[in-house]
Parts: sequence; structure tokens; C-alpha cells
Amino acid sequence: MGLIDRLFKDPAWGVHPDDHKRPAADQPLRVLPPPARLYMPLQQHVGGAARPVVQVGEKVLKGQLLAAAQGNISAPVHSPVSGQVVAIGEVTAPHPSGLGFTAITLESDFAERWIDADAVADPFSLAPEEITRRTAAAGVVGLGGATFPSAVKFVLGQRLKVATLIVNGGECEPYLSSDDRLMRDRASEVVDGARIVMHAIGATQVLVGIENNKPEAIAAMQLAAAPFAEVNICPVPARYPMGSDKQLIQTLTGREVPADARAAEVGVLVHNVSTCAAVHQAVRLGRPLVERIVTVNGGAVREPGNVFAPLGTLVDELLAFCGLHEAPSRLILGGPMMGSPLAHGKIPLVKGASGILAFDAREATIPPAGPCIRCGSCTRACPMGLLPLEMAARIRHDKFDEAAALMLGDCISCGCCAWVCPSHIPLVQYFSHAKGELSARERTRLRNDASRRLAEARVLRLEREAREKAEAALRRKAERAAAKAAAERQETPGETV
Amino acid sequence: MWVAIGSLTLMGLALGALLGVAARYLAVEENPIEAELQSMLPGSQCGQCGYVGCAQAAAALARHEAPVTLCPPGGRALAEALAARLGVKADLSQVVDDGPKLAQVSEDICIGCCRCIKVCPTDAVIGAPKQIHNVIRDACTGCGACIERCPTEAMALVPVPVTLQHWIWPKPAIA
Repeated sequence: MGLIDRLFKDPAWGVHPDDHKRPAADQPLRVLPPPARLYMPLQQHVGGAARPVVQVGEKVLKGQLLAAAQGNISAPVHSPVSGQVVAIGEVTAPHPSGLGFTAITLESDFAERWIDADAVADPFSLAPEEITRRTAAAGVVGLGGATFPSAVKFVLGQRLKVATLIVNGGECEPYLSSDDRLMRDRASEVVDGARIVMHAIGATQVLVGIENNKPEAIAAMQLAAAPFAEVNICPVPARYPMGSDKQLIQTLTGREVPADARAAEVGVLVHNVSTCAAVHQAVRLGRPLVERIVTVNGGAVREPGNVFAPLGTLVDELLAFCGLHEAPSRLILGGPMMGSPLAHGKIPLVKGASGILAFDAREATIPPAGPCIRCGSCTRACPMGLLPLEMAARIRHDKFDEAAALMLGDCISCGCCAWVCPSHIPLVQYFSHAKGELSARERTRLRNDASRRLAEARVLRLEREAREKAEAALRRKAERAAAKAAAERQETPGETV
Repeated sequence: MWVAIGSLTLMGLALGALLGVAARYLAVEENPIEAELQSMLPGSQCGQCGYVGCAQAAAALARHEAPVTLCPPGGRALAEALAARLGVKADLSQVVDDGPKLAQVSEDICIGCCRCIKVCPTDAVIGAPKQIHNVIRDACTGCGACIERCPTEAMALVPVPVTLQHWIWPKPAIA
């Protein structure tokens, strides 16, 4: 890359950590044999948890519906193996809190019998609504980590008449290479899936953004996309967080997504490469999302690489499959920059899990935080143009409203600021804490408003009841008086006779 | 110079007199901040603050007679909002905000007497005579009015469990 490119093409934001992607990325994809027991969580996506539709003891086939979507934003969950449902109960969630959530426990019969697939020979003859329906029914969610139900995004794209589909092959997180592996091994599936998505949202072109540290993936994708003029493979500079949708959109189209707006509002829609491959599986082959490629990497892993594993597999089983040098000092689901720390390995693999990192003691060291020296490194690194040091100083004193006024809401929690901080201040933790507090306050406020409305409704009800009672009493009195008068009138002629 | 001093003094006296008269004859009976404070309070008239209802609590707040930490259902967030509105510094360390609580019926003790239904300020309890009652969780404010009314102690306030959606990252420990 020449000087001109470096001056004008390299983004001014972000950081460039050592990517640690190789040698794991170069290892051929391995397939994990189905484990004896799997735990399929009901909530693997943004939105409402799925509702179980199977009973304990029921026999299920691979790909059979286990739990149906519930609500407008939700996704169904399917069985990753053929076997039997043995329990529906609580397991630890892949979440920093270590809290539990509901999962369906399955016992595998190792037969790998699929349901009868409803394959479509030509998805482009289907109406966009039908593709959306099939994608929703297959439980496809954003596999880059956000896990937003894909079909909901299709509908949004159709409504806002999005012209450009951006396929996110950035995979900027260090250590992870699952998307890289997918693009190298299954480029034609990704391209086909991207074209199906393009058809579903009514877009006219596809831009596939791939970081230039993945030359093999770029070559494979260019080969697969060669017959289709509307699919353009666009290498982008390797810079973290290039895989964040706002940054990728800006790099590829030059358009900036405004604060409080979605990508669709600037005429683009972003889907991950893995999501596109899942759409290909769902629509062309009629197979729901029950398996994915996971990167198993980190200093504690003996044979790091990518594994094609059924969802619901325990992290421990994946680690045992790849072997461990030593007991991991830290387990992370996702990448090292934005992933969730895991308390232990008895946690199931979910749809959004792009990687499992088992760090050795050296990698897991967290240097003690020092005082802020106001060097401004975080400000230069922030891809959203925020002032991390200023926001953190306010959050330290619980001044969440002031932090919100500095546009805390625009923070994408990418971790660039904490990564460059020479004082090792856990800036992202401050921001996550403040975002949680702010949303808790908003919930309290909404709840207070709702209870005020209820209290007012009760006062009105009591008044209405009192009024109705009084009216009924008056009416009864009048009826009694009328009856009495009538009786007297009847009696009077009787007396005269 | 004397003309200037004289005219300004005269203007000052005249305008001052005008303001004095206006303050006397155009006085607003209610403190205007009261209505605003009342709209900030939960409005469930639960009486936990010691006042009859939210309107009375708002009046006391406006007169600076009550502390901004008076409302238990409002919690820390409300105390901070009230302190900001009234321009006072509140000692929030005293606010025990041990998370939201909701009323719950022990179904094996409830006798279906309907007394709790009558006292609930938000109509959150459902039931009929001699039928086990139940609490609509979305409507309950955790005010505790039903707890005292229940003759069999079947009502209890239980903390709302922390879920994945409500969990908050802890604040980093300051080195």
C-alpha cells in the first residue's frame, strides 16, 4: 500500500491489534461429531424468547421445530440432532452475568436423521415475502454476534426500499476466523445466500466487504462471485472495528449512519457472511439453522482451528475436541474485544457464537488500572468520534445524564478506547454500566407512568361504580314506588266492589 | 446628571410599586412547582411516604418540608430527579434501593376474602369471593398496601428476580 493510500484510504479511527488469526485460520475445517447431550436455549436472539412446542420424552429429528417464535421480534429454535427431549430447564447463559436461562435438553441418538427438507430449486422465482417467511421459519438470526432476527431486517429493507446490500466479511475481531473459513470453504453458498437476500429486500447490488488480511477468502469469494455482475467483492483495510456495520458502511459507501438511525435509513442493509450462508441453507435447501462454524482459539488450546459444531454443544465438549494444554485462565465467547467472559465451560453454544477463546495465564492478565492522564488516545481511537475519557469521568461520579449528553448512546462498545488506554482503565465497563443504569431508569419511569395511569383509572372506576350504584338505587326506589302505587290502585277498586 | 438619577429613581419606585401591587392581587394560590412534582411521583397514592397521597407529598416537597428521598416506590432515580428539580443536594446514601419488589399470593393460604382487591391502588389484584387471588405483575407497584390488609398473611412482597434483560454491568472498582 502506497503513501497516498495510507494517507487517504486508511480510516482515521480504530485500532490495529495483533490479529492472532493464524495458524487457526489456516487449519482445515473439522466437524464435531454430535455430543451425547445438547442444551438448546430458547433465547438465542434479540427479542422475545421462543415458546417450546415439544414435550419432555418426545422423539425429535434433526431440524425439527423445538420452540416457536413469540412476538414480532423473535426467532424459532430447531433441534440440532436427532434424538429425544429429556428436559426443559435452566442452564447458565453465555452472558457476563452468569445468570441462567431456559434451554431444552436433548439426548442424541447419533443417527443424524434430518426432517424432510422443503427445498426450493429456484429461490429467485419466489416472492420476497415467501423468502422472508422461510428465513424466519428457519430461525436465521444475525450470525455476526448481534443475533437480530434476519427476517425482520428483510421486512425493514423492503419497506425502506434499500438499494444496496452490504455483506459483512470484515471479521475484525482478533483470534476469530470462522467467517474467513466459511468464505474460503463455502464461498458459493455465501454468494448464493447474498443474492437471495438481495432478491428478498429488493436491492440492486451486493457489496461484500472483506478485510485485506484475508487474501485467501477474497480470492475464493471473487471466484464464486465472478458469474454475477451485481455481486462486488470489496477488500477493505484491516482495521478494528471494520466489522461494525456503521464503520463498514462508511468505508464502502462513504455514507455515515446518523445517530439514532438505522443503516436502512441511509439506503443500505448489512448482513454477515455467515447469515447469508444460513439463508442459502434455509431457502435453497430448506434446512433450519442448527449448526455453525466456531473458531476455537487461544493460548490454552492445543489444536486451535475452526469447528463445524451443532448448536447447543457445551463449550467444554468443544474444548475437549480441540484439546487443551492447560486449564484455561479465562473463557470468552466471541472475540477478545467484544466477547462475553464465561464463568465456566458448562455453557451451550448459541447461534451468535462465532468463537470460543480459551486464554492461557499470559493472555488473561489484566494490568491494574491507573489514573487517567488525559492523553486523549481514546478520543483518537474511538470509531464513533466520542470522548471516552470525559464520559468515564462523569460515570465515575454516577452522572449518567451528563454522560448521555456526551452521546454515550452512540457507543458501540467496541473496546478500542480501553485497548489503547495507557492507564488500562476499563472504559467499556464504565460505559456498559452506565448504559444499564440509564435503561433501568427508563424502565422505572415507564413503569411509574403506567402505574399512574392505572391509579387514575381506578379512581374513575370507583367514581363510576358509586354513580351507577346511586342511579340503580334511585331506579329501584322509583320502581318500588311505582309498584306500590299500582298495587294501591288495584286494591282500591277491590275495596269498592 | 441629576435628571438621570431622578428619572431612574422615579422609574424604579414606580415599577417596584407596580410589582408590589401585582404580587398582592395576582398571587397564585398553589405553588406552580407542585403540579410538576406531582406528575413526577408515581401517583399510586400508596401512602408509604406518610402523606395521604401523592398530591400532599408533592405539596410538602414544594414547601421543602419533606426530603426528596420520601418515595420508596420511586427509588433512587426519582430521588435524584426530585433533587435536580428542586435544586437541593440530596443525601442519596440513605436511599435503600434494594431493587423492585412485587406482591405475591401464597395460594395455599389465600382464603379469597377480596380485601386486598379493595385496597390495591392500581387494581393489580384479581379474584372473586372464595377464589384464590392473584397479582398482575405488570400492574403491581410493590406498595405493600395489600400486605397489611391480608388477614391470613398470604400476601408477601418478593424481590423481582434479576434476569438477563435487566442485569447491569457492575461499576468498575476504583483503584
